Amino acid sequence: MTVLRRIAGKLGGLLLTLFLASLLVFFSRFLVPGDPVAFLLRGRKPSPEAVAQITAQYGLDLPPWQQYLHWAAGIFQGDLGRSLQYRQDVTVVLAERLPVTLGLVVMAGTMIAVVGLIAGAAAALYRGRIADRSILIGLTVLGAIPSFVGSIVLIAVFAVQLGWFPSFGSGEGFWDTVYHLVLPSTALAIVFVVLVGKVTRSSMIDQLDREHVEVAISRGMKRGTVVRRHVFRNAVGPILTVSGMLVAGLLVASSVVEAAFGLAGIGSLLVQSVDRLDFPVVQAIVLLVVIAFVLVNAVIDVLEPWIDPRSAAGAGAR
Amino acid sequence: MTPTPTLAVTVMRAPRRPRAGLTFAIALGVLAAMTLAAIFAPFLAPYNPDAVDFAAVNAGPSSAHWLGTDGLGRDTLSRLIYGARTALLGPLLVVVASTVLGILLGLLAGWRGGWVDAALGRVFDVLFAFPSLLIAIMAVALFGKGLAAPVIAMSIAYAPFVARLTRSLIAAERSRPYVAAYRVQGFGGAWIALRRVLPNVTPIVGAQSTLNFGYVLAELAALSFLGLGVQPPTADWGAMINESQAGLLGGHFLPAIVPAVAVVVVVVAVNIIGEELSDRIGGGSRS
Repeated sequence: MTVLRRIAGKLGGLLLTLFLASLLVFFSRFLVPGDPVAFLLRGRKPSPEAVAQITAQYGLDLPPWQQYLHWAAGIFQGDLGRSLQYRQDVTVVLAERLPVTLGLVVMAGTMIAVVGLIAGAAAALYRGRIADRSILIGLTVLGAIPSFVGSIVLIAVFAVQLGWFPSFGSGEGFWDTVYHLVLPSTALAIVFVVLVGKVTRSSMIDQLDREHVEVAISRGMKRGTVVRRHVFRNAVGPILTVSGMLVAGLLVASSVVEAAFGLAGIGSLLVQSVDRLDFPVVQAIVLLVVIAFVLVNAVIDVLEPWIDPRSAAGAGAR
Repeated sequence: MTPTPTLAVTVMRAPRRPRAGLTFAIALGVLAAMTLAAIFAPFLAPYNPDAVDFAAVNAGPSSAHWLGTDGLGRDTLSRLIYGARTALLGPLLVVVASTVLGILLGLLAGWRGGWVDAALGRVFDVLFAFPSLLIAIMAVALFGKGLAAPVIAMSIAYAPFVARLTRSLIAAERSRPYVAAYRVQGFGGAWIALRRVLPNVTPIVGAQSTLNFGYVLAELAALSFLGLGVQPPTADWGAMINESQAGLLGGHFLPAIVPAVAVVVVVVAVNIIGEELSDRIGGGSRS
């Protein structure tokens, strides 16, 4: 019962956040002074038909709040507007490009999780020793390498110099795509490893200092069992929370990586749409990133009590 | 009524960690060198950063061009020095603006509490769903390319982080005896908040804000790498990497690697400074 009420509360907060975010995304256009038709048709010939079409599409002759309702109702029906550069529905343009970005983010996410967890756990178990300090320094340096720097260094070394991996495009078929995405996802993952690594380390150290771990060790349990069942399981909560926060950053940083590696994904589409003054596509992608961020965090919030039953009972139980 | 220690006093009084001194000094040196390069660029740069020389395209390092030239024969060292200007200016503006904005909002939320706090907290939650780079890209889509729109947008994007920290610090200060003492003496709430509580909080918030400098620098460079920030032919580190991408595939690494290394070195230096400052200040005044 309490779990259900908690989920309902979370969902309420989630819907409110989504609603406020959509207001921000929609009404940002009204910050631009001047005629909205002129703004949307920047750099294009404002033929009477185009003006009439865009006025009808966005209901530009209506008062602002009705325009918002018009837009929001469209979204619920799967209508994100029409791309000005492709003369296609935004949903069609996005659908074509979504798989590459998803592949990129999933591969990068896996790398971040594996490297971050291993590095953080190792640092925690060898706390204060040379291994710990070198891992921390290594993580800090990795955290200072932005994706565009990572991209060009990886291209220079592994694509141009060694020729091991391609530097352009996303390939065809599953394994070829994975092969093409190795360098891009590495470039994307580098800067985020530090967050997962550091939170894993501090969260595990926090658990290592607790009495139940001492008890487990004094009862003669194997070190591996203690670490796995008594330290790591209890340390998962903060790690999950930080991972959830990463999602939006990962999606946005993928625009840099996609641009560097010539991948036709959502991120490069965002940059290209800004460049070609295609505002409906920009608006749709921004909304998509925010929705993805809120949804992932909602899933983590809902899952947490199952992974770590103490969080359902409240912080007092710790 | 002991006077609040100033920022400088707090920093100097805090105990030094062993061996932190050297890295901190090197980091300060890097930042100082970059600042000097930015200010005195016309005197330091051996060439005009925009001077095109088709006789020396993609030249390697030599006594004439210490760091070689790019695809248009422009001197990489000169462009690196001039690039320090936008690399420094953008993050500086964002950090200052977001800190001022964040402190004011955090003060309002933490001091007033109640529904003001709840409403502002909700607004911050929504803004956290928008990564700063996304807000900057959106600002470019609305107001056009360049440095101005992203700087304003990122000032707003970073303000909630500052505000949330300020809010929690202010809320903790509010219940301390000295605040009650001032109240009993009949001082007004606004006066206590601004003149007595705020100075206790600003050093900690300021130190945390310096940590944002590196992130902002990297994000603004990413923006010009994408061609949405500082526009060519202005020498900017991100734009330099963008312009050198074609040469990169042809094996001319230097014009792209040099600004890339500069970004990483400065970000590391700024992070070391920021962490050291927050260590010293946080340890000094919260105990």
